[in-house]
Amino acid sequence: MHVGYVEIAIGTILISNMVLARFLGLCPFIGVTRRTSDAVGMGFAVMFVMTLAAFATSLLYKYVLIHPGPDGFNLLVALGVVKEMPADGYVLVLKTVSYILIIAVLVQFVEMVLRKSVPVLYKALGIYLPLITTNCAVMGVALLTTSDWKYQDAPLSLGKAVWMGFCGGVGFTLAMILMSGIRERLAVARVPKALQNVPIAFISTGLMALAFLGFSKLFGIEL
Amino acid sequence: MNLLKSLLDKAVKSNPVFGLMLGLCPTLAVTTSVKNGLAMGLAASVVLLCSNILISLIKKLIPKEVRIACYIVVIAGFVTMVEILMKALAPAEINNQLGIFIPLIVVNCIILGRAEAFASRNGVVASIGDAVGIGLGYAGVLVMIGAIRELVGKGTFWGYTVWSGYSDAPEALAAPATVAVLAPGAFIVIGLLFGLFNAIGNRRQAAQLAAAQPVRFTTSADEKAKGASAAEPSAQ
Repeated sequence: MHVGYVEIAIGTILISNMVLARFLGLCPFIGVTRRTSDAVGMGFAVMFVMTLAAFATSLLYKYVLIHPGPDGFNLLVALGVVKEMPADGYVLVLKTVSYILIIAVLVQFVEMVLRKSVPVLYKALGIYLPLITTNCAVMGVALLTTSDWKYQDAPLSLGKAVWMGFCGGVGFTLAMILMSGIRERLAVARVPKALQNVPIAFISTGLMALAFLGFSKLFGIEL
Repeated sequence: MNLLKSLLDKAVKSNPVFGLMLGLCPTLAVTTSVKNGLAMGLAASVVLLCSNILISLIKKLIPKEVRIACYIVVIAGFVTMVEILMKALAPAEINNQLGIFIPLIVVNCIILGRAEAFASRNGVVASIGDAVGIGLGYAGVLVMIGAIRELVGKGTFWGYTVWSGYSDAPEALAAPATVAVLAPGAFIVIGLLFGLFNAIGNRRQAAQLAAAQPVRFTTSADEKAKGASAAEPSAQ
């Protein structure tokens, strides 16, 4: 199937929503959705970092980790670290390690830049930024955009990878906002004692996921 | 006996999923069947065991300021090893279904959490015990959720058909409820299990309270609570 920008947007926001269908980023989804303001803050922080992470890991994948083809550019060769890039797989082994390091560095960097240049945004995102390093949605998008997943013959191009990172963030924020709305109502509802708080949040998420299941194969898109 | 008890304590009382609420993403994503749950549980436990051992060995060499980064690199290294091993040894079907969740073990908070909270403060033997206990608890939860979802959703257990619907039963039982293996089923099953875990915890707490305080006016409910708390030690 041809995967264009529109397909990626609909696919990652509605059909395979980061949280509700792909099960990525559940810890902040359950942990920071008690109040809508917190949920929005976390959502935007993730959206921001996820877009940057998709960009950085896509570059890393294309120009460092894989064999670039007969006359492509590879940073390791250009810097003289290796004379010739070995066949695919020998450097690609470092994918997991390099991605998590890139994301950790990126989060730290974003935090420093924001604190100096956009203090307002820094204050708004504040405590959520450091938490994002171990957010599996960010790492998940990085892995999704650079691996041969089900409906994709080859890893996504740089532009599409960044777009998918952004849309993944939008989908995550959408789920966070919807959930925080439900949980603010649940806080005043009469719930059996054993189901209070987290269990009922999961069950309502299940119902929300059931509703999102209705988007599957929307416009014939399978993603 | 003491060892077994401390292992059970770690696996059940401080269960990583229900007790500490960690590692939720793979818990839901890969538990569409018992096999997948077991594979994921084992993979995560092996990474946990290796990282606990290594971190408890090198804890004195790691500077305090960059310890988290060091732990993450250690964990990522072991995750890569497990990933390669899985690709070589596990059936292709399991590899396909676990997909990106094997590399995602690296951001599983259980492993980083144990490194920070336990392995960096204790010796090797204690860290091995901690990893085995927590790993057992985690794998146990994954297998349990996998079993429920597979039974309800596909009517099978470990791939063998248990039931395929009753033709003369009411509509609800006419066929397995496919929704259980889809995304919503995962959320609902874990929500209900969380509730069950809480309910058992609440009852235990009440029983312990009733046993600890002298009861002046004994009611039948108190008797029951006493009986439950008296039965507890022998059960353990």
